[in-house]
Amino acid sequence: MKTFLLPLAVAAVGIYSLLPFLWFVLASWKSPAQLTAIPPVIVPEFHWGFYRSAIVNYGLLGYIENSAIVAAATTVVSIAIGALAAYALTRFHAAWLRWYLLVLLCVSMFPQIAVAGPVWRILDALGWLNRYPGIIVAYISFSLPLAIWILSTFFKELPYEIEEAALVDGCTRAQALRRIVLPLAAPGIFTAAILVFIYAWNEFFFALIILTSPPLQTLPVGIALFPGEYTIPWGELAAASAIATLPLIALTLLFQRRIVRGLSAGAVKG
Amino acid sequence: MKRADRAAVWFVLPSLFLVALFSIYPICASVRLGFYRTILMLPWLGEKFVGLENYADLATDAVALQSLGVTLLFVGASATMEVLVGAGMALLLNESFRGRGLVRAAVLVPWAIPTVVSSQMWRYIFNYRYGLFNFLVFGRDTSRYIAPLAEPWLARAAIIFADVWKTSSFAALIVLAGLQTIPDELYEAAEVDGAGAWQKLRRITLPLLKPALLLALLFRTIDAFKVFDLVFVMTQGGPADATNVLQFYGYKKIFAEGMIGYGSAIAVGVFLISLALALLYIRLIGARVLEPGAAR
Repeated sequence: MKTFLLPLAVAAVGIYSLLPFLWFVLASWKSPAQLTAIPPVIVPEFHWGFYRSAIVNYGLLGYIENSAIVAAATTVVSIAIGALAAYALTRFHAAWLRWYLLVLLCVSMFPQIAVAGPVWRILDALGWLNRYPGIIVAYISFSLPLAIWILSTFFKELPYEIEEAALVDGCTRAQALRRIVLPLAAPGIFTAAILVFIYAWNEFFFALIILTSPPLQTLPVGIALFPGEYTIPWGELAAASAIATLPLIALTLLFQRRIVRGLSAGAVKG
Repeated sequence: MKRADRAAVWFVLPSLFLVALFSIYPICASVRLGFYRTILMLPWLGEKFVGLENYADLATDAVALQSLGVTLLFVGASATMEVLVGAGMALLLNESFRGRGLVRAAVLVPWAIPTVVSSQMWRYIFNYRYGLFNFLVFGRDTSRYIAPLAEPWLARAAIIFADVWKTSSFAALIVLAGLQTIPDELYEAAEVDGAGAWQKLRRITLPLLKPALLLALLFRTIDAFKVFDLVFVMTQGGPADATNVLQFYGYKKIFAEGMIGYGSAIAVGVFLISLALALLYIRLIGARVLEPGAAR
C-alpha cells in the first residue's frame, strides 16, 4: 500500500504547492487574447510584452529599486543591532535579560494595528513619512525580535571555551564578539539575514501607511494598488508579481535547509 | 548590578531603544488614544477626553461585532486547517524517499511568496469571467460563472483557503521538528509486536506529537489574527463587511476615516486578544526561557 500511496501523496502536495502560482506566472507570458480565453489556454505564447509594459507603463523598476534599498538596509542594520543584543543575551547572566527576551517574544506577536497609529505619528513628527529612513527604521524595529531570537539560538551553540580564553588574555567583550563569535556564527548570521530580508521584502502594512507617494513605494504596495479600477491589467500584474517573487523563490531553493532551521528556531522559541 | 551585567546594558541598548520607541511606547499611546476623541478631518475638535465612550460605542457597533465574528471564524478555521494540512505534509516529509529535498522545497514555495502576490494570484483564479476556479467548476458554460469574491460566504472561504495555502508549510515545519524527536526505537519495538502502519500512527506518532501540534496551532492562531494583506487585496473587507476582519476595520477607521480615537479602541481590543494568546504561548514554551541556564 505504501509504495502506491507515497507517490500519490507526493504528487498531491507538489501540485497543491506549485500549481496555483505556476498558473499565475503562465499568465504573464500569455498574449492579451490568451489571457481572457475560455476555455483557458494552458501553454502560453511566451511573449514578454507584459513584462515590457509593466516596466514602461507601470514603473516596475522603481518599485524594485525601492524594495531592494529598503530590504537591504533593514537587513544590514537589523542584523548588526540584533547581533549585539543576542551576544548579551547568550553571554551574560542577569535575570532582566531573560525578561527582555520574553518582551521581544510578546512584541513580535502583536498585530500591526496595535502600534500603527502612534508609529505613524512618530514618523510624521520626525518628517520621515514618505522617506527611506522612516520605513527602514520601522522595519528594523519590527524585525529585531526575529533577528535576536534566531541569532541567540545560533550564538548559544558556539563553544564558550575559545572566547573564555580570549577574555582571560585581555580581550574585551566587543573584541570577543567581533573576532570570535561573529566569524564562528557566520552561518547563523546568514540565516537570520535571509529571514529578515524576506520579511522586509514582503512587508505590506507599514509600507502602505508610511509610503503614500508612488515614486517611493515598495513592490508589495505597488502590486496591491496596481492601477485599474474596472479592468485589471492581469498580464502586467502577473509579470510584476513574478519579478517580485523570483528573488524569494531563488533564496528559498538555494538556502532551503538554513531557512527551515532558522524558521524552526524562530517558531519554537519565537 | 554586577560589573559584567552593566556591560550587557550597552549591548542591549540599541535594540531596546528601537523596540521601546516603535513597539512599547506605541502600544501605550494607543491605549491612551482609545480614551480620547480625535478626528483627523476635524482638527479643531482637538483631543477630547471621553473616558470609555469609544469602548461603549464599540460594544454597540454592529460592524465591529460582525468584524469580531468574522475574525474569530477566520482565525479558527484557518489555524485548524493549517495544522491539519501541515501535519499531513510533515508526515510525508518525514518519510524517506527519492526527491524528498525537492518536495520540501516545493512546500516552502507558497511560504516564500509575498502575501500581496499570492492574494492577487487568488483574485485572478477567482475572477468572475475567466478565472480558473469558474472553469474548473462550471466548464465552458460561461452563463453559470459566478464571482466568488462577491458572495459573502464564498469570499470568506476564499480568504481562509488562501491563508491555508500560504502558511500550512509553516505549520508543517513545526510538526516536522516534533516528528524528528520521536525515537525510531519505539517504531521498531511496535513492529516487533506486530503493529501496522495505522496503529503506529495512532498509538505512537499522534500522542507524542501532541505538544508540537498544539504549538503549531497556537502559533498559527496568533499569526492569523494579524491577517490584513489578504483582505486588503482580495476583498477590501467586502462584500458588505463579510470579510472585514478586525485589523482591517481598525486600519480603515484610523487611516481611511481618520477616526483616531475610535480606531485606537479597536486596536486596543485586538491587542488585548493577542496579548492573551501570547501569554498562553509563553506559558507553553517560553517558560523555558526564564529558567536559569536556558540562555548562557
